[in-house]
Amino acid sequence: MTDPTGEDPLAGPTRSGRHAKSGSFDDPVAPAGPAAQAQIDPRLLVREQGLAGYLGEFKRRMRSGELGSLPVVVGLIVIWAVFQSLNSQFLSPQNLSNLSVDIVATGLISVGIVFVLLLGEIDLSAGALSGAAAAVLAVLHVNQGWSPLAAMLAAVAVSTLLGFVHGLFFAKVGVPSFVVTLAGMLAWTGLQLWVLGPNGTVNLPYEGLVASLTSTYFNQVIAAYGLAGVAVAGFLVISLVGNARRRSAGIPTRTTGDVILRTAVLAVVAFGAAYVLNQYKGLPLALLIFLVVVVVADFVQRRTRYGRKVFAVGGNIEAARRAGISVATVRISVFMISGAMAAVGGVFAASRIASASQATGQSNVLMMAIAAAVIGGTSLFGGRGTAYSALLGMLVIQSIASGMALQGVSNSIQFMVTGAVLLAAVVIDSVSRRSQKAAGRA
Amino acid sequence: MTTITRTPVLALEGISKRFGAVQALTEVDLEVHAGEVVALVGDNGAGKSTLIKVIAGVGPPDSGEIRWEGSAVTIPSPGAAQSLGIATVYQDLALCDNLDVVGNLFLGRELGHFGVLDEVAMEKRSRDLLHTLSIRIPSVRIPVASLSGGQRQTVAISRSLLGKPKIVMLDEPTAALGVEQTAQVLDLVERLRSQGLGVILISHNMVDVKAVADRVAVLRLGRNNGVFDAKRTTQEEIISAITGATDNAVSRRRARTDQPKDGADD
Ligand SMILES: Nc1ncnc2c1ncn2[C@@H]1O[C@H](COP(=O)(O)OP(=O)(O)OP(=O)(O)O)[C@@H](O)[C@H]1O
Ligand SMILES: [Mg+2]
Repeated sequence: MTDPTGEDPLAGPTRSGRHAKSGSFDDPVAPAGPAAQAQIDPRLLVREQGLAGYLGEFKRRMRSGELGSLPVVVGLIVIWAVFQSLNSQFLSPQNLSNLSVDIVATGLISVGIVFVLLLGEIDLSAGALSGAAAAVLAVLHVNQGWSPLAAMLAAVAVSTLLGFVHGLFFAKVGVPSFVVTLAGMLAWTGLQLWVLGPNGTVNLPYEGLVASLTSTYFNQVIAAYGLAGVAVAGFLVISLVGNARRRSAGIPTRTTGDVILRTAVLAVVAFGAAYVLNQYKGLPLALLIFLVVVVVADFVQRRTRYGRKVFAVGGNIEAARRAGISVATVRISVFMISGAMAAVGGVFAASRIASASQATGQSNVLMMAIAAAVIGGTSLFGGRGTAYSALLGMLVIQSIASGMALQGVSNSIQFMVTGAVLLAAVVIDSVSRRSQKAAGRA
Repeated sequence: MTTITRTPVLALEGISKRFGAVQALTEVDLEVHAGEVVALVGDNGAGKSTLIKVIAGVGPPDSGEIRWEGSAVTIPSPGAAQSLGIATVYQDLALCDNLDVVGNLFLGRELGHFGVLDEVAMEKRSRDLLHTLSIRIPSVRIPVASLSGGQRQTVAISRSLLGKPKIVMLDEPTAALGVEQTAQVLDLVERLRSQGLGVILISHNMVDVKAVADRVAVLRLGRNNGVFDAKRTTQEEIISAITGATDNAVSRRRARTDQPKDGADD
């Protein structure tokens, strides 16, 4: 090979040599164009270019529709600014602290929904499952005298099993997930009513383990700050270790400036939140659990073989199948995760009001959980999304609810506004998908 | 340019395959050596894809013998083909648009420990592989959706090479590509050959076939209709073998003498 660049496929001597006789490919200009381009490809160098590179990358992303979590972060800031200007109580430590606990139950359900959406499927039974799980928990614990821990595990196990049933009908029988889980929604609502019995409500002890899940606050100042410190330090260490490994492997690394910037942003958010929480009762246990679940779910999705399979099935089933991935196993397991997370959400919902009733998990819980995932940036079309969208989306939804409640706005308006926000999120999803397609195969 | 070893890596003898009333393949022979590009050509329905599927273990033959490096083998499943060292790139590439290049290259055989991905190792191996093949892609970390058709094709081909195959089969790799991207893929085919792999290339485009193939095997109505040396055969000769204008060596020779102006190549 005598090609001076050694890299440009079009300048290869074999190609031009072979066509030299016919002369058709022997355009003297042809090798120069791509070769010059080959030297600096702007996209190749994003990470090395530091801030300027990121600005360029950001513009490219905007154009090609890879918006990720950006719209929701902007939206959240706007919502907070609007409600704060309407009522100075909105950003008060008490309100924000309550808000952070109110998002947990539905947020946990939403984490399961994110997995299902990544497959490009839907789980309409999550609300009913959370209600049924809460009923199982309350009846086993209060009426049957089980220990709270055993009752909770049983509730989660039952709901996981029901998720398995959905997955089986979807993956093995081929019934659309929409229909399977719609049937599940009706059936498990019935199960919930049956388990609760004629009274329809079972009260949980106020001082018990279940109630303490949402009533416990770590009021030592060090707790919230400590968590923030651990998160920031952990992020920094992981970034630096990752960079060191990449450097020793000879592949592009993030710039130090970039690592510092990201760590700084995380530090501001984490310590800011810790400061606010410490102004009221301290770090809520429920929030801590929710954050841990989100971080673990994100890790599973992005950093494990299993998560890669979920994304692959959501992206292209045929490709996943040919790569040797068992599509049915992935599908069934995802519906089991959704069932399990619905149950965990149901436990927290019961904990929050210290009772399980016929209303637990009913009404708008399911819609909120799905809306949160979508508002947070997880695509309805499968293959794109992150566990963090459950957190971000719930913050948006609960902020609207909380702000409106402070203003004394009625439920009817709240529903309409949340509906409009959901529509906006889906429009952004659809439009960005379209522009991605346009940018994709151009 | 071509080093043809004595024993072919892959040899098919008397392969027949029937689908109900359709005799898709009748007594087909084919040999592929290391470091050789064999073009498999023929009209629509000639049986090319069926033959590829026989080799890929997707549709085993009814009768006939397959020999791998001299010894008789059966290829009952795609897994068996892969473990022999046969990689197939189907026409519909089957890439996950939402995953990046690294994710697609390693899909189904990710590197890692205890189920946790080792992204650094995978990225390094991806870059090394693409570098060896002189494949240019803006970044191995961009989603495959934002690659051009030719780049996607090269990713699909590279993907098949991760398993270190000895034979790569490409079913119409340039069918949907423009001039420049076709050239990219053909260059890649040449690089595979220079690395000692045997390549089976299905194509309807005679220019592409003439450009990269060492030998051209023609199928017609499920039967062999000649194997030509790509360098010493004209496009017209191949085309007439495909269409059936020449059905045997005698008429083929007559066709050649009838067209003296194309004789310059001989
Ligand atoms: N699964 C099948 N069932 C029945 N008939 C089949 C099947 N697969 C192929 N055939 C038949 O076998 C013959 C050869 O088909 P094949 O797909 O191998 O042709 P091909 O050479 O690849 O054509 P093309 O250039 O159009 O891709 C055709 O007549 C086709 O109808
Ligand atoms: Mg075919």
